[in-house]
Amino acid sequence: MENQFLRDENDRVDGIYKVTGKAKYFAEYELPGLTYGVLVTSTITKGKILSLDTKAAEKAPGVISVVSHLNKPSAPGYEQEGGSPFKIFYTDKIFFNGQPIAIVVANTFEKATYAASLVKATYAKEEFNTDFEKAIGDAKAKKLQGQPDYKRGIENAYKTAEVQIEAKYHLPIETHNPMELHGIIADWRPNNQVTVYAKTQGVKATQGTIANVFKIPIENIQVNSEFVGGGFGMALRTWPVEIATVMASKHIGKPVKLVITRMQMFTMVGNRPAAVQTIGLGANKDGTLTGITHRAFGETSVYENFTEGVVNMAKFMYQCDNVNTQYFVVPVDLGVPIWMRGPGEATGAFALESAIDEMAHALDMDPLEFRIKNDPEKDQQRNKPFSDKNIKEAYRIGSQKIGWSERKNKPGSLIDGQWKMGYGVSIGVFNANRGRASVKGILKADGTLVLQSATSDIGPGTGTGMTLIASKLLGIPVNKIKFELGDSSLPPAPSQGGSATLSTVGSAVNDVCVSLKSTIAELAANSNMDATSNFVEVLKKNNLPSIEVTKQSQAGKERDDYSMYSFSIHFVKVKVHSLTGVVKVDKIVSVGDSGTIVSPKTARSQMVGGAVGGVGMALTEESIIDHRYGRYINNNFADYHVPVNADIPEIEVHFINKPDPYINPMGAKGMGEIALIGFSAAVANAVFNATGKRIRTLPITPDKILASS
Amino acid sequence: MINFQYLRTTTAKSAIALLLKDKNSKFIAGGTNLIDLMKRGVTAPEKLIDINHVPLKQIELVGDKVIIGALASNTAVAENSLIKEKLPLLAMALNAGASAQLRNVATVGGNMMQRTRCGYFYDIEMPCNKRQPGSGCGAIGGFNRMHAIFGTSDKCIAVHPSDMCVALTALDAVVVLANAKGERKILFKDFHRLAGDTPQLDNNLKADEMIIRLEIPINNLVKNSHYLKVRDRASYAFALVSVAAGLEISNNKITDVRLTMGGVAHKPWRLTASENFLKGKEATVENFEQAAKLAMTDAKSFGENDFKLQMAPNSIIEALTVAKSKA
Ligand SMILES: Cc1cc2nc3c(=O)[nH]c(=O)nc-3n(C[C@H](O)[C@H](O)[C@H](O)COP(=O)(O)OP(=O)(O)OC[C@H]3O[C@@H](n4cnc5c(N)ncnc54)[C@H](O)[C@@H]3O)c2cc1C
Ligand code: SF4
Repeated sequence: MENQFLRDENDRVDGIYKVTGKAKYFAEYELPGLTYGVLVTSTITKGKILSLDTKAAEKAPGVISVVSHLNKPSAPGYEQEGGSPFKIFYTDKIFFNGQPIAIVVANTFEKATYAASLVKATYAKEEFNTDFEKAIGDAKAKKLQGQPDYKRGIENAYKTAEVQIEAKYHLPIETHNPMELHGIIADWRPNNQVTVYAKTQGVKATQGTIANVFKIPIENIQVNSEFVGGGFGMALRTWPVEIATVMASKHIGKPVKLVITRMQMFTMVGNRPAAVQTIGLGANKDGTLTGITHRAFGETSVYENFTEGVVNMAKFMYQCDNVNTQYFVVPVDLGVPIWMRGPGEATGAFALESAIDEMAHALDMDPLEFRIKNDPEKDQQRNKPFSDKNIKEAYRIGSQKIGWSERKNKPGSLIDGQWKMGYGVSIGVFNANRGRASVKGILKADGTLVLQSATSDIGPGTGTGMTLIASKLLGIPVNKIKFELGDSSLPPAPSQGGSATLSTVGSAVNDVCVSLKSTIAELAANSNMDATSNFVEVLKKNNLPSIEVTKQSQAGKERDDYSMYSFSIHFVKVKVHSLTGVVKVDKIVSVGDSGTIVSPKTARSQMVGGAVGGVGMALTEESIIDHRYGRYINNNFADYHVPVNADIPEIEVHFINKPDPYINPMGAKGMGEIALIGFSAAVANAVFNATGKRIRTLPITPDKILASS
Repeated sequence: MINFQYLRTTTAKSAIALLLKDKNSKFIAGGTNLIDLMKRGVTAPEKLIDINHVPLKQIELVGDKVIIGALASNTAVAENSLIKEKLPLLAMALNAGASAQLRNVATVGGNMMQRTRCGYFYDIEMPCNKRQPGSGCGAIGGFNRMHAIFGTSDKCIAVHPSDMCVALTALDAVVVLANAKGERKILFKDFHRLAGDTPQLDNNLKADEMIIRLEIPINNLVKNSHYLKVRDRASYAFALVSVAAGLEISNNKITDVRLTMGGVAHKPWRLTASENFLKGKEATVENFEQAAKLAMTDAKSFGENDFKLQMAPNSIIEALTVAKSKA
């Protein structure tokens, strides 16, 4: 099992498999008798299916079956649950355009695709609305769901402050669009044994969902997901189309593979919800914040509610005695959203961190100084000390690296021909989580260590991080350690989300290693060996081919005593063309303050990926719908613009790299989300500094620069 | 499966003969546009005639003309030393288009024939007069940020998406077409059409014809030419607006000038009035501004593309200024 490809101990343990094609993704598994599913989707936005004519499709060459609400196999879980979550092929109701209404299964993908085009549906159409901003207007009178209001001190204190700003910020729908398309291979065997190859951020979650819907024992279900081609949050739930594929397999008694199309990626597997936010800030003339008000509306669907932490940051990020927040979700006739990297916090940070910049400008203060002045000593929301926070040091490092001293506080001061230059800064913050996970360790007399846990790796380098933790504790070289994941039969771990995997699973790895170490020491003592003897010799002396231990690990009381967050500071330099409105990001410096950096290379990659995602959020990404039809217009990679290499300048990443004394044995906090949170505001703030134009609607495309006065 | 026949031929003559035989057949060159259209159900030819092996890849100087075969790849043209030396504007425009991977297989003929990127044209559930005459135009009153401001009709406001064609229009290129009987020549600027009442027709190529080659007169614009493409990201995005600008300046006077815009009309939009205004004048920013203003005389926007009324003249000024400043 030795991994001979690792050049240095920080290399990504699976890097070689990814670049040589050896890494196997769900869609690449070949099962005997594999069949192919293709979805038929609704062409109306709201209403009812009146008829579904599948005859021509069923007769088409190669077609095995067409499964829909008319003939779906039984899914007892659907009969028990309430109205939510969405039940696929359950009724004739249409909730959004592009909703799957049938799955055609054939012996080749091409034949299934063709046959799917032969399925004809007729509908009774109903009035609908997919326009979120319009829905907010219409919703005013209705009672909306959301999260409880928050208030500390005086409500809307900003309105009586010496200096006040109030501004409204708009974010469009963003679509995750990982490279790998969504889907699943499902193999339902006689006596209700089910094996799936999934694209999932949580093999245990997928296993649990299938068990729930079909009411079969959890042990009957094997979920495999060793490699995932990007998730960004969209694979945090088992989507109805996956259930549809399991249904189809159950129905025909053969394995079925579904890979949805890029266009279908926009409608049925979630998105970052659109949001409209109003921020009010009040301050004394000396720059002391006296009031923060953050009100937000987020998009949701009519058939399921989705909420996220849009207004969290306002409650604790700045020293301020008067804070109030409000968050509502407004339903539209679209597919339900899901967390997208940085989730709601990234949405909220765009508004809050833009507003902080607006206030600094109103006060004629350097925005960095303004932030430092209002940096809190403790968490005022929870009334607890922070476990660890080094923001001022992060400011110092970042501002020096970006060349902040070149910045002029007066917008539009730095000019090079038609280009105007500007600098921007923002903060990102995300809860530093730690959940519960189990890991099994097998230490072998051949000098190797195998670690196992049913966690996932959607790309951050989970295996690499875990290997490094173990290597450090046991003194075993990384190429002799194997971390196995993505298999539901391994010891349980939570889904990979909320930047918690390293903290959660890493702690269990730590505990396993500590335990193995003490077992070896005991064995050594029992066999009269030196306590520092190599474990291989100890095992051999004891005639043991291997020893193994499984540990469950979770947080303790420290979480009640401290407020735990990861922080990031983003510095951005941009240039903006006066005539064409084109914005070019010239330089990026991101500083992470997230405790110990366990795996330097993959940690850096996280920050780089977050910055690239942040450039997309700030400048290019927007999913566009024609609200007359409720259909997406730019649902492909030519028209939905993720940044390309030419958009990305040099990215410098720095870490504080000091252990958080309380969070977990490694002192390491998550970083996946903070890499992106706040980034878009740094760009918008830099654009303002360059031009004096405050763009409050993302993405900042050239037309918006030209239109803004 | 929608079956189609795949045929391959090695001469233009036999390609044209095959085309004539069956109304529902199509040439396939790089396939970068045609295959996408087939996948989306916009077109469903019964026969694909692969013309990639027809020997029309030449790039050569014959007399005072540069000849480019219809099957030369976009990359081959853009990287060719003759093109870089004599027609840098063309190389710049090609390099601004698509991505390296696409340019490697996309051909000159295919690039001319590529269809609009209007989202309604690609979605067969939506109305579109170009795809299905009489069904209506989805973009009018809908999402028309990428759409035309010049020469529009109430049937269609799509733009021709090519960058290469903008430069070729500016360069006074001539297109050589062939049918079974022989060849004919047509000015590049007359190859593409305005939408008018027949938005289904992108150009004047007849059903029995094949694009054979281009003939481009060499010129004195080499030094002072520039292709400016304004887009939503730095590469791999279609133009919001683009400008091909070429200047010949002697004794501080403009002796020749070419100006064509992309992303603003159903065809590359030559700015003849602006060119006429600039001829004989000094190459100053004030004159460039006047020329830009003249260019906008008949512009009309449709809501989401209102910004083009400002971006277009700004881009003309910028392209001329950069072209002039080249040493
Ligand atoms: C994602 C994406 C981004 C792009 N971005 C840009 C861009 O920014 N700028 C730009 O200019 N272009 C862009 N393109 C378009 C690209 O330039 C065209 O797809 C390409 O030039 C077409 O050439 P082809 O050889 O592949 O044509 P094909 O797809 O093979 O053919 C297209 C059409 O031309 C016909 N045809 C081909 N050759 C001949 C001939 N000799 N005579 C008669 N008819 C012929 C075919 O029958 C077919 O109808 C982009 C394309 C994609 C997919
Ligand atoms: S602009 Fe032209 S191509 Fe687009 S929808 Fe209208 S008719 Fe169709």
